[in-house]
Amino acid sequence: MSKNKSEYLINRHDNQYEVVIGLEVHAQVTSESKLFSTSATKFGAEPNTQVSLVDAAFPGMLPVINEYCVKQAIKTGIGLKAKINKRSVFDRKNYFYADLPQGYQISQFKDPIVGEGKVILDMPNGQKEVGIERLHLEQDAGKSIHDLDPKNTFVDLNRSGVALMEIVSKPDLRSPDEVNAYIKKLRSIMRYLGTCDGNMQEGSLRADVNVSVRKKGSKEFGTRCEIKNVNSIKFMQMAIEYEANRQVDLIEDGQTIDQETRLFDTKKNETRSMRSKEDAHDYRYFPDPDLLPLEVSDDFIENLKSEIPELPDEKKKRFIEKFKLSPYEANILVSDIETSNYFENVIKKSDVKLATNWIIGELFAALNEKNLEISESPISAGNLSKLINLIKDGTISGKIAKTVFEQMMKGDKDPQKIVEEKGLKQESDPKALEALIDKVIDDNRDKATEYKSGKVKLFGFFVGQVMKVSGGKANPQLVNEILKKKL
Amino acid sequence: MSDITKQSLSELVENIKGKKLSSSEVTKAFVERSKKSKELNSYITEDYANALNKAKKFDEKPNLDLKLPGIPMAVKDLFCTRDLRTTAGSKILNNFVPTYESTVTQNIWNEGAILMGKLNCDEFAMGSSNETSFFGNVQNPIDKNLVPGGSSGGSSSAVAAQLTPITIGTDTGGSIRQPASFTGTVGLKPTYGSCSRYGIVAFASSLDQAGPMAQNVKDCALLQEVISTYDEKDSTSIDFKRNEYSKELTKDIKGKKIGIPKEYRVDGMPKEIEDLWKKGIEYAKDCGAEIIDISLPHTNYALPTYYIVAPAEASSNLARYDGVKYGFRAEGETLIDMYEKTRSEGFGAEVQRRIMIGTYVLSSGYYDAYYLKAQKVRKLIKNDFDDAYKKVDAILTPSTPSSAFKIGEKTNDPVSMYLNDIFTVPVNLAGLPGISIPAGHDAKGYPLGLQIIGKAFDEQNILNIAYAMEEKINFKNNINDWWIK
Amino acid sequence: MSINLKTIKHISKLSRISVDEKKAEKLAEDLNSIFDFIEKLNELKTENVEPLTSVAETTLKLRSDEVKSKNLRDQVIKNSPKENEDYFVVPKVIE
Repeated sequence: MSKNKSEYLINRHDNQYEVVIGLEVHAQVTSESKLFSTSATKFGAEPNTQVSLVDAAFPGMLPVINEYCVKQAIKTGIGLKAKINKRSVFDRKNYFYADLPQGYQISQFKDPIVGEGKVILDMPNGQKEVGIERLHLEQDAGKSIHDLDPKNTFVDLNRSGVALMEIVSKPDLRSPDEVNAYIKKLRSIMRYLGTCDGNMQEGSLRADVNVSVRKKGSKEFGTRCEIKNVNSIKFMQMAIEYEANRQVDLIEDGQTIDQETRLFDTKKNETRSMRSKEDAHDYRYFPDPDLLPLEVSDDFIENLKSEIPELPDEKKKRFIEKFKLSPYEANILVSDIETSNYFENVIKKSDVKLATNWIIGELFAALNEKNLEISESPISAGNLSKLINLIKDGTISGKIAKTVFEQMMKGDKDPQKIVEEKGLKQESDPKALEALIDKVIDDNRDKATEYKSGKVKLFGFFVGQVMKVSGGKANPQLVNEILKKKL
Repeated sequence: MSDITKQSLSELVENIKGKKLSSSEVTKAFVERSKKSKELNSYITEDYANALNKAKKFDEKPNLDLKLPGIPMAVKDLFCTRDLRTTAGSKILNNFVPTYESTVTQNIWNEGAILMGKLNCDEFAMGSSNETSFFGNVQNPIDKNLVPGGSSGGSSSAVAAQLTPITIGTDTGGSIRQPASFTGTVGLKPTYGSCSRYGIVAFASSLDQAGPMAQNVKDCALLQEVISTYDEKDSTSIDFKRNEYSKELTKDIKGKKIGIPKEYRVDGMPKEIEDLWKKGIEYAKDCGAEIIDISLPHTNYALPTYYIVAPAEASSNLARYDGVKYGFRAEGETLIDMYEKTRSEGFGAEVQRRIMIGTYVLSSGYYDAYYLKAQKVRKLIKNDFDDAYKKVDAILTPSTPSSAFKIGEKTNDPVSMYLNDIFTVPVNLAGLPGISIPAGHDAKGYPLGLQIIGKAFDEQNILNIAYAMEEKINFKNNINDWWIK
Repeated sequence: MSINLKTIKHISKLSRISVDEKKAEKLAEDLNSIFDFIEKLNELKTENVEPLTSVAETTLKLRSDEVKSKNLRDQVIKNSPKENEDYFVVPKVIE
């Protein structure tokens, strides 16, 4: 871990405060059916159409666990370099709420399925390791809708019972930027593993944020507040900033901080106390007597290990070593599984250096402009590969390639065909070029004389003219060579 | 045939299979008798018209290969039955009509039986006298104003009064065996995991088991054979090889080692119970069994353990009755107001009491002292049985510390009510099978039962012992139909 | 031990069961007599005993990840106390 030169500190009067952040990330497990019932998990279904009798807690209904969700949790644990617990226990967390049909949530309290692990963050000043405390499986609750009726709250249980992984970090994060990097890295790992789609808009990834502050240099933790259920990185960062400043103000004012649950109001951009929910919080955890301990064998875990794909950290290392990419380039290319897959498909048949530049440069800029994900790219990896080969073998110049690329962005067309149809092929025939150059020199006799008398700067002018006359198709290298001779 | 309702299940099956009786005749006889027996209050919901229709349909195309061909029966109202109201004896489920069927009842219908109605029980099976039911107490057919036991009190009274040839109950701490003992009938609590809990309104998940109640051991064995199946829908259902209990039933128990636990000689046990137990030991010897004294040292701790574990689980299991999805709702200004009114008005006093106990023992600061402690003592209780079964094949005890008591006698003293289950509760805590068979009468002429406790999954063995002893005991129930005018 | 009215009020709140003074007093009395009897467990030393949660001496069986429960909205909503075609309805919640 390198010493961070741009520490995130809050200054008040003569005091400097450090912010201590821990995250409880709730990641929806990618699965067809729910954790303890056989109803579907699809996002966006009509209200209450994906609710089984188990999900709605009908009398006598019993939970039966989904094997795939167990596997997904273990895979995620492996991805977090964490200890997999061969025996884990499901507990009931008891509380009443309209969208919690059983009156309890089945979760894991004392014996989670995954123990301690770690995540490596690439920060501008070097790498930072964030400890993972644990990962456990639990049920999601339903959704309360407060704005459909003036007097009533409506409840949709479609989400009730969907499997979640709660990933608890150690209080190792120190700034909103680190939180950003942490969430992105976690999301990236889970997307590589296929265990969570990481879609924050659809609520597949949400977090409770624990924030406390302490004077710089202090070893003791301050009193923390938990900001519940924040569903975007931007809101997390805003909430942390607001909350940390609020706590510092309280301390500077000689007041104490209450350990409490707070809510981030996205409209007012502030956190506020959820006292209404506080007073009766005693979850009375106890082992769910409808379920037995979950035990997995060494073979079960080993089989899952063999299914783990290369993860971003390992991939980055390989890209740097094998393809001689810079750490910066490698980081960008491995940050998302779709991007790294795209990159690896492009370089199957084309030059690595050119591919790297084109993807990070032109492609990202173009996608960004159209607000597209790489998975939605109009240009397939195969066609980008072809384009790069056309540059590499001199068929087209880099400049023409940009024109071709623009065409390709309008629809996935074979670059070869675009070049042929539009006659964009690079002119590399020395005779043809000589003729062109002769004509340019002829047309600009005065400038040629000036050049010969020592005004060498004019060389660029002639190159430009030749390219113009050739419609950009002239091979720039040859043009250079011939021009030098002729002038 | 005027004596149809006096026939045992085995006789009825034989007569239907031999085409001496039709399902309609049998069903009609039991329906008629049930109709005349309203005073017992055994039923919560009657479904007679449908039962008669189903019997008619059965007779049109009888499948005589089934184990319960066209046999009518009523079941405890804790089993969810598709399209027929299921209340668990509670106001909070007063209007609840399931769209699904419990596995145990489905198994019964699959073998050709016909549902006549739902039988009264203590609210959410919490009680030992059927007095906590929202639908009123049940009369014991033995004598007016006598409780039929509980929580399966509607079931025990209905079998004893011959309103149904057989029935099923549920047993969390004695709710099949104690009412069987109070009514001179036979009741089996199977090994935990033997019968699926799917579709049974839950009381305490780690203790609840469904089981058969009948007039004799053979009928009980046949019904157990039907209801006990492995069920993927219940994570605690156990996949073991189940016997054909009725076919394999034998009176030959020669050489079986039967343990007599000294700790069951509790303080203040009535002499009648002590005498009954001694008689039982003699019967067992007569059958060729070997009697061995054993010790179950933690017996005295079973009830306190039970009254932590069962309420703790119940407090959580009953959280789903909140007025949101189904059942009774009391209107409220806010969500919390609605919850508190619904649960306060919807649950009876005993259920509220147990929810409170359970909430308390799980609450922050008390978990270790109560719930965790109870789980540890539960382990000690189970260890006692494990040790005993190294020496014996089964254990013989009285079923209850007294005969049936008067309605209202114990309602104001919860602890004295709880003490009723002193001999049955350890069996649930250890997850073992236990059967109560009628073995004699007290001075008032009320029936008394003996309990035979088996090893886990050894139902066949205790059924055999019960079968052999039943013959020696030759019990006759004194029921004079006092309620039929 | 003694369970006082404050404790009764607290657990009634956790249980979401309303109690008035009279009911609270009766409950306190009942619970105290029940806990007197439960305290018997304190006679036993249990430091080295493993707690027993379930007598079923097996572990959890796992089901395959298949959608079997179809759209049951009509069935699921059918028993609900407040009528609405699509949703369960409760008094307005203000967070």
